Amino acid sequence: MNSPDQGVTKQPARPESIKAVPVRHPGRWAGAVVIVVLIAMLLHALFYNKAFQWDVVGKYLFDSSITNGLVVTLELTALSMVMGLVGGVLLAVMRLSPNPLLSGVAWLYIWIFRGTPVLVQLVFWNFLGALWPTLSIGIPFGPEFWSGSTNTLIPVFTAALLGLGLNEAAYMAEIVRGGIQSVDEGQAEASHALGMSRFTTMRRIVLPQAMRVIIPPTGNETISMLKTTSLVSVIALEELFRAGQNIYSRTFETIPLLITVSLWYLFLTSVLTVGQYYVERYYARGSNRALPPTPIQRIRALFQGRHTPPAPPVVNPGVHGGGNFS
Amino acid sequence: MTELTKQDRPEHPMVKAEGVRKSYGQVEVLKGIDLEVKQGEVFCLIGPSGSGKSTFLRCINHLEKINGGFLSVDGELVGYRQKGDRLYELKDREVAVKRQDIGMVFQRFNLFPHMTAMQNIIEAPVQVKGESRADARQRAMALLERVGLADKAASYPSQLSGGQQQRVAIARALAMKPKLMLFDEPTSALDPELVGDVLDVMRDLAREGMTMIVVTHEMGFAREVGDALVFMDGGVVVESGHPREVLTNPQHERTRAFLSKVL
Repeated sequence: MNSPDQGVTKQPARPESIKAVPVRHPGRWAGAVVIVVLIAMLLHALFYNKAFQWDVVGKYLFDSSITNGLVVTLELTALSMVMGLVGGVLLAVMRLSPNPLLSGVAWLYIWIFRGTPVLVQLVFWNFLGALWPTLSIGIPFGPEFWSGSTNTLIPVFTAALLGLGLNEAAYMAEIVRGGIQSVDEGQAEASHALGMSRFTTMRRIVLPQAMRVIIPPTGNETISMLKTTSLVSVIALEELFRAGQNIYSRTFETIPLLITVSLWYLFLTSVLTVGQYYVERYYARGSNRALPPTPIQRIRALFQGRHTPPAPPVVNPGVHGGGNFS
Repeated sequence: MTELTKQDRPEHPMVKAEGVRKSYGQVEVLKGIDLEVKQGEVFCLIGPSGSGKSTFLRCINHLEKINGGFLSVDGELVGYRQKGDRLYELKDREVAVKRQDIGMVFQRFNLFPHMTAMQNIIEAPVQVKGESRADARQRAMALLERVGLADKAASYPSQLSGGQQQRVAIARALAMKPKLMLFDEPTSALDPELVGDVLDVMRDLAREGMTMIVVTHEMGFAREVGDALVFMDGGVVVESGHPREVLTNPQHERTRAFLSKVL
């Protein structure tokens, strides 16, 4: 087609573009005004209510006990999610096993760990010493080779990790099972017909496709786990929340420290949300005919002078991260 | 006994079935199948749906376990090893090794949707046979050219038409250099105008001497390319012979009734 600019003679067949008065929306304007007033009130309260003590918030934001607590929170989140994922895949495969003992055990595990509160489980692991004062290695029902005190073998961090990780495994198991079952049976059949073993089929064909279903809830679980770690403050492990508590129990600056802690949680969940977005995109390859551009790609496209709205989802191959189809 | 070319090679048949039975619970799907597929032959299986033809095909590469009878591929039992009078079930790994020599093409293509056409084809050679990625890619490219899709190497299955997907699936099966190809209604899920391209690829394959067992509703293809044809109904072989004879002059009442509906 020729560019329309080049045609000097006007085509009479082409109708004039429509000039009409657009529909007015007075309700939207009224709503906007109400919201602006509310935001103004909120900002006013935040900055003029001295009880917020923003200077104290700032003072403790990078305080060493807070940042130490932050590191513990991150370690706990990462390790319990790893435990949850590995345990979850294992339990999911067990539950889908034709062996009734394996699937029964997996079912029982999920029933117990999903059916009791994680707070109770945490305290339980912390008091394991009351149940079995010593732990030992030996032949079952036979002689013991080595034994030690439960309380020294399971310090509070390990108790927290067991509580969170084993509980998470039960939830992840159901997520992974749902993912595996969402993959068409023909996929495993095609893979077997090519001579691929069960293990290779699971690893190369089934799990990567299940990931598309598994990733979004796993992202939610990770974000949820980050916040759930604050529960371990009850067994006196000094993570982020407990670190804040320790300070305000001393200084009585309760509100500013709660804000300090919340700002950190908010920052970390934001980082995780961005990470989740890109991981989801990666596992969506092949399922969408063309992926929509990422926010960064949109912004770059805007600065490159394309002021047209990015309506058709064209992946710009020149822009970062767009190489999915090359 | 007239085909001298086949008699020149005094080898065992590619597939031999004697009294093959298969049941799901109480339902017997195969009630004693006897047939023989010679090397280099295009063997067509036709019959109404539910007649057991697809099930029989799936028994050949042990996707289904048979409950009775004797089934061998290239002189070796399917799924078992014979030692003296005893049969020993093969381990999963041993079954997988045998499947490498048998290519299978499915009605619903079953391409891996998270991989490009190229990745689909090189997956098994790299993962199973330990071929180098570079070699596998080179051969995959040649295979894609052969099925007329050299320009689609980087496309994901969702970006291909049904006919193109099925041709990629054939290339994927051929990448394992099989000695036998099984086709399970390869054109049944395709739009009519896309069937021709897939049949062309299969025709070329037959010309090159590949042993093929084809479950199909394409009577034209069976008549033109097939060397042997079996009509199955209700889990038994009702009639067999050369495709042209069976299709034009069926001896059995059930064959006649079926053909009158599909021809």
